[in-house]
Amino acid sequence: MAMVDQPLYPIAVLIDELKNEDIQLRLNSIRRLSTIARALGEERTRKELIPFLSENNDDDDEVLLATAEELGVFVPYVGGVEHASVLLPPLETLCTVEETCVRDKSVESLCRIGAQMREQDLVDHFIPLVKRLASGEWFTARVSSCGLFHIAYPSAPEALKTELRTIYGQLCQDDMPMVRRSAATNLGKFAATVEAAHLKTDIMSVFDDLTQDDQDSVRLLAVEGCAALGKLLEPQDCVAHILPVIVNFSQDKSWRVRYMVANQLYELCEAVGPDSTKTELVPAYVRLLRDNEAEVRIAAAGKVTKFSRILSPELAIQHILPCVKELSTDSSQHVRSALASVIMGMAPVLGKDATIEQLLPIFLSLLKDEFPDVRLNIISKLDQVNQVIGIDLLSQSLLPAIVELAEDRHWRVRLAIIEYIPLLASQLGVGFFDDKLGALCMQWLKDKVYSIRDAAANNVKRLAEEFGPEWAMQHIIPQVLDMINDPHYLYRMTILHAISLLAPVLGSEITSTNLLPLVVNAAKDRVPNIKFNVAKVLQSIIPIVEESVVESTIKPCLVELSEDPDVDVRFFASQALQSSDQVKMSS
Amino acid sequence: MNGGDDVVVASEEPLQPLEWKFSQVFGERAAGEEVQEVDIISAIEFDKSGNHLATGDRGGRVVLFERTDSKDQHGSRRDLESTDYSSSRHPEFRYKTEFQSHEPEFDYLKSLEIEEKINKIKWCQTANGSVFLLSTNDKTIKFWKVQEKKVKKISDMNIDPSKAIGNGSSSSNSNSSKPHLANGGSSDKSYNYPSNDFSFPPGGLPSLRLPSVVVSHETSLLARCRRVYAHAHDYHINSISNNSDGETFISADDLRINLWNLEISNQSFNIVDVKPTNMEDLTEVITSAEFHPTHCNTLAYSSSKGSIRLIDLRQSALCDSHAKLFEEQEAPGSRSFFTEIIASISDIKFAKEGRYILSRDYMTLKLWDINMDSGPVSTFRVHEYLRPKLCDLYENDSIFDKFECCLSGDGSRVSTGSYSNLFRVFGCAPGSTEATTLEASKNPTRRQVPTPSRPSRSLGNSLTRVVRRGAENTGVDANGNSFDFTTKLLHLAWHPSENSIACAAANSLYMYYA
Repeated sequence: MAMVDQPLYPIAVLIDELKNEDIQLRLNSIRRLSTIARALGEERTRKELIPFLSENNDDDDEVLLATAEELGVFVPYVGGVEHASVLLPPLETLCTVEETCVRDKSVESLCRIGAQMREQDLVDHFIPLVKRLASGEWFTARVSSCGLFHIAYPSAPEALKTELRTIYGQLCQDDMPMVRRSAATNLGKFAATVEAAHLKTDIMSVFDDLTQDDQDSVRLLAVEGCAALGKLLEPQDCVAHILPVIVNFSQDKSWRVRYMVANQLYELCEAVGPDSTKTELVPAYVRLLRDNEAEVRIAAAGKVTKFSRILSPELAIQHILPCVKELSTDSSQHVRSALASVIMGMAPVLGKDATIEQLLPIFLSLLKDEFPDVRLNIISKLDQVNQVIGIDLLSQSLLPAIVELAEDRHWRVRLAIIEYIPLLASQLGVGFFDDKLGALCMQWLKDKVYSIRDAAANNVKRLAEEFGPEWAMQHIIPQVLDMINDPHYLYRMTILHAISLLAPVLGSEITSTNLLPLVVNAAKDRVPNIKFNVAKVLQSIIPIVEESVVESTIKPCLVELSEDPDVDVRFFASQALQSSDQVKMSS
Repeated sequence: MNGGDDVVVASEEPLQPLEWKFSQVFGERAAGEEVQEVDIISAIEFDKSGNHLATGDRGGRVVLFERTDSKDQHGSRRDLESTDYSSSRHPEFRYKTEFQSHEPEFDYLKSLEIEEKINKIKWCQTANGSVFLLSTNDKTIKFWKVQEKKVKKISDMNIDPSKAIGNGSSSSNSNSSKPHLANGGSSDKSYNYPSNDFSFPPGGLPSLRLPSVVVSHETSLLARCRRVYAHAHDYHINSISNNSDGETFISADDLRINLWNLEISNQSFNIVDVKPTNMEDLTEVITSAEFHPTHCNTLAYSSSKGSIRLIDLRQSALCDSHAKLFEEQEAPGSRSFFTEIIASISDIKFAKEGRYILSRDYMTLKLWDINMDSGPVSTFRVHEYLRPKLCDLYENDSIFDKFECCLSGDGSRVSTGSYSNLFRVFGCAPGSTEATTLEASKNPTRRQVPTPSRPSRSLGNSLTRVVRRGAENTGVDANGNSFDFTTKLLHLAWHPSENSIACAAANSLYMYYA
């Protein structure tokens, strides 16, 4: 038992706690592994700490995960790049554990270390490690190996490269679907390091096998491989080899595979280039838009705008628009909702005439959708359509939709529409707002749900910002201030909140002449909650108004409140007084 | 939907009936011993290799057994994964370990007690020498890892907390860890670690040392719950089944089937929902569900109306429509009050290659070919002699007993349980007339009846034994037929590669071989 000098005591404890029974202490020690390493010095870190970590690999997953993460940045502590290979053995064992997140982190750390290693070290240490894992007894090791090939391959000599390609091919045909999935996931990364000649032969044949796998879960990962490989191949090879696969996948029996195609479509189009997109992928995409599985249509509908942008307006009008019309009346609300969230973006693509003629009826029907999310999604993207055709054409339908949403019985829907009111106000202009929307904004201030009142107060502030203090004084302030006399104390409190938000926007003068008297008046409220909120509001107003006003109006009021019978009122009043003193001192 | 080529018939000649012999019993009851409710076995499952067997009981415990007769227990993966044993010895198992999988719970929102009883156990992919399994009670599924851990002792700490310097290697970790906690609570707050700019001498500090770990040869088995899949079922879970993709599984309750990813415990996808909008319209519930053994997209579920539906997960996200429906048209005129009750399927099992499905309803076992939906390929009558007694069985609720069924690894025989701790084995190869009745006791064949269609006659001594046990529901009719409704053999499993059956009689696990 060694006796440890006082200054080293913390480090000594840290080291001892690597093996503590309490997992939190072990975790804490592992997270400070670099401190331990520096205390031990580079040589003992290499010779003692790393072997120690290699041997103690049956810990809890959390500890193993932390170990894997720490080791990824450990190169400096073992003496730099020339000694990086000592870090491989502990990570190799961690690559074989059955907890996926630990394995993933270990692979990530190995890649990070491998990327720094010298070429000869890679050949001597890293590549043998990859081969050992790839021939591992349990599937966990083989799963991990797939993610390491792209680091190992570039520095391998020719013969070894051939071997690595062969091994990868075997992994793609492993008995265990988990291994094949990992091979499919990592194929793109590996392929990017393989020479063009082998890409067309070895990799493509491996890829072909994966695309015909029995397991749906493997095939759908191969879809992602299409985009990755497509970008590596020459355009003509891509059209020859990848395009047929994509077209096949878009008609796969499994809806999950088709869903992946719909989801990846844009990347797939980029891979095959515009010409093939027009001839081959448009029909495939149209099929996906008309798929009998709603999940596929949802994914496809979400890509309508992005896809149309690649096409010429004519093609989009000819092929995509009819589908969009169908989708706007789809039986699944989620499909309509996905469509509504992107369809406004089609207006700039199609141009003014087509938009008015073709898209406008769709917008209008979606604005009348029975499902609030659909309407909301349309309203949230109004600015895009406004740039193309102007808002007037829509305003007739817009208003009923907004009013209905504003009164929806689900408060989350009301909340969502409030969020868009400033946007709508800026798009529709002051005139439209004054007539139609102003009343709604006032109505929300008296909503039954706190979150709505809170959002409404915020909305009033944002409107004041949008249209300026003068407009606000004319159009909203009087109505807002009227409500300070509401019999319900919660509504009075909302108004106090709104005042505290409005004050910075409206400026010193309006605040002291219009807002402050009301607040001071509210200090005589019979409800203590109102009174201490008055104290809070006053505190927030102090920095805005002139000092004379503070002295003449705010302070006396606060002093009065600080003698209130209610303890909370006294507390907030004295807090406000204190801050007013601080403001004064600093100025 | 092509089921592959099951080998139903091994050779052209009909198979000889098997001679069943007693192999082992675990938890045998002594004469006159009362059976504790919590000890009653409620699930039995072999793993894919047949090297492990798990049982679950009403007390929420899972007991694991491992095979002792195969050459090397810790052989290579290839050995473990291969199921082909040339050994002529019959499988013998030994107790490996047990753990408490589920505890009784109370759902405060629904004011509902949740029993700890294990409804089903399923084995998952073995990895790194540890075994993995799923266990479920009525509501919650748990994923378990059972691993062998070497016992380790830690010695040689930097700081000797006890100051009692004895034999250094004997001071275990637990002794040394406490004082740090006592002194400083969380170490993070109590000590100032040297900050990053603290300069250590380039050679490090020689007085510091790492704890040394002494690995002893003792091992201990450690069962750890890795994930809990909860709050996804409003009704009682009756089945769980692993997918061949190794990453997903399903859980089925009375009205819904959910799909889970083994690694994600906080979300599942509903793939089958038979709940009508108005619960008064409910006529049919799901009784059992199983994934196809090799086709990742096919699953079968059975219903209380006696039908089996095959669904294709590729067709849509919510599989409201089935790909195939298997049901038998009832013979006209035979309809009675009990028809629908006894038609209810209590269990279905895919044969190994997935072409055949075995189903058990109250009176029969039926074997279906998934390529033939007009009717079952064969029907085996399990306890036809009970037909006149359906009224009594209804009154004491026995008619709702859920018997499980199983197939042999080669698909040539099927088996299921009955009352009085009897179970039956039938040959299902064409031309086979094999129909054996066995009793879950050390002498399985003593009650064997020569002709399967004749009611089984009870022997005097077994009857007295039954009475001595104090069973109240023992029915003896005028002909001397005994059907002890309390001793029912509900759970049994066939070894995946050999002719060996494990079955549960109350708290005892009996194993037979042929």
